[in-house]
Amino acid sequence: MRVTQGTFSFLPDLTDAQIAAQADYALRQGWALSIEFTDDPHPRNTYWEMWALPMFDARDAAAVLREVQACRKAHPSNYVRVNAFDATRGFETVRLSFIVNRPAKELGFTLTRTEDAGRNVRYTIHSRRAASETAE
Amino acid sequence: MHELAMKGEVRTPAKRGRYDAGVLKYREMGYWQPDYVPKDTDVIALFRITPQPGVEPEEAAAAVAGESSTATWTVVWTDRLTACDLYRAKAYRVDPVPNTGAGTNTSPQFFAYIAYELDLFEEGSIANLTASIIGNVFGFKPLQALRLEDMRIPVAYVKTFQGPATGIVVERERLDKFGRPLLGATTKPKLGLSGRNYGRVVYEALKGGLDFVKDDENINSQPFMHWRDRYLFCMEAVNRASAATGEVKGHYLNVTAATMEDMYERAEFAKELGSAIIMIDLVIGYTAIQSMAKWARRNDMILHLHRAGHGTYTRQKNHGVSFRVIAKWMRLAGVDHIHAGTVVGKLEGDPAVIAGIYDTLREPLTAANLSHGLFFEQDWAGLRKVMPVASGGIHAGQMHQLLTYLGEDVVLQFGGGTIGHPEGIQAGAQANRVALEAMVQARNEGADIWNEGPEILDRAARWCTPLRAALETWRDITFNYTSTDTVDFVPTATAVG
Repeated sequence: MRVTQGTFSFLPDLTDAQIAAQADYALRQGWALSIEFTDDPHPRNTYWEMWALPMFDARDAAAVLREVQACRKAHPSNYVRVNAFDATRGFETVRLSFIVNRPAKELGFTLTRTEDAGRNVRYTIHSRRAASETAE
Repeated sequence: MHELAMKGEVRTPAKRGRYDAGVLKYREMGYWQPDYVPKDTDVIALFRITPQPGVEPEEAAAAVAGESSTATWTVVWTDRLTACDLYRAKAYRVDPVPNTGAGTNTSPQFFAYIAYELDLFEEGSIANLTASIIGNVFGFKPLQALRLEDMRIPVAYVKTFQGPATGIVVERERLDKFGRPLLGATTKPKLGLSGRNYGRVVYEALKGGLDFVKDDENINSQPFMHWRDRYLFCMEAVNRASAATGEVKGHYLNVTAATMEDMYERAEFAKELGSAIIMIDLVIGYTAIQSMAKWARRNDMILHLHRAGHGTYTRQKNHGVSFRVIAKWMRLAGVDHIHAGTVVGKLEGDPAVIAGIYDTLREPLTAANLSHGLFFEQDWAGLRKVMPVASGGIHAGQMHQLLTYLGEDVVLQFGGGTIGHPEGIQAGAQANRVALEAMVQARNEGADIWNEGPEILDRAARWCTPLRAALETWRDITFNYTSTDTVDFVPTATAVG
């Protein structure tokens, strides 16, 4: 399976040049870039770990790309995403968010159904974990 | 006997007092005040007036002001028990509409500006606002036709409305989807599928790559599919697709029903099943829409509005209510999504008119822009933004046009363009998502997508077979008809106060 969160997950994985081009676009809009990583891409897992603070003062895409590479190197089997944050009134939110690293094998999710009153079903989505992690 | 009659005094019409019994022209009753300067707190309405032959435009404008505020056809002395000068709406400006009247084949038309005192309106009530502004005047005999073109809602009144239950920003944060338009589709055929078959379409489209699937406006609870069945099967589809992709997915469950009690029951069930979004139709009425908006705010629900029925009064240029006014009312009323035109699809939509409507829904402050049909600056005073929905006859081959015309904060709905794909629904959804992401990527990289769009799509189609099939099927399909609802001013014109 392939986790298809993020702006560009239906495209082939972005090359470093393509990542830099998107970072450059965000910088031209005046947005602040940040990098986050996680081993749990559950759709409701909002808070991935922050790779340092958002780069409010970064001015060129090369610096952003270096941080992406450093984060990837430190967490090669995690999901890594780049976010662009817009502090303009009326937005004050993420404007672009795309995945720049994913594990070699994506484990995906299990859907658990619990039968409830009548024909109702309660659904729970669980992230599948690697066997070694489950044992911990 | 009346003492004046006893004295034998008879007044001539020229010397009549303002409050003597009888009929006066509206302009003589105070409804035409060319020197009036609107207050910041006034509601202002701009009407397109087509007077009957022989009726002066100022009198027609005064009549509209009168009939939409305090007047009736004759003088009433009871006006004098009120602060009637304040409550009278004032027509303060009348301009001829370009390209109408002598030398054209259209009857003379006029833009009439009318100001209303804020105290004429109940706080937070679209029903009350519209009961005045469009309540009585549209059938008025001295007018051949009448259209409400635009309104300026003062900040003081805006602040009495809840506004969108969720709004664009929070919707995106809940869905965890940024940087691109959202993708949807309406289940087809719109009528006749059983709940089980219906859910199949929802699952395929969501798993294939769409963010949302939608009930159509006339899917409620019919013999072939009762609402509870639809909700249960749709939520199975939504959850399975979410688990298969890791994305938040949604299906707009239409809660439109005969009574508020029924609608609340359906909305509660949708919430119980974990749906992120419900939908209503415009035909349920302004009060019901506001009630559902308040319910949605209380229950963390996104509220989608299908504008069913609007074409009956928005499409013709000389009579009715412009959709930009409906859009304004709906932002006040508090919906999160509203169908607002595609420009390139199968339904009515002049590019300049649509741009004005999208700005009305999405901007924190909408500037006056006559070339987009916006007559007034509108300050939204922190009211949340409504996500426009583009739906009806659009396909992947138009992605560069859609992104250029409509921008990023929009739901693009490809119903036929997903479900009609030759390789199936998942392939159709994938084609649309790939086309969209490739176009956003190229735009961000600095490509001139308006001109290079077809090549960008072709490049993506080299590695994406479903996109190739979609382009081969639909690329040349266009709907090029002349719009009936167009703007009156050339693009070079600028704002007039």
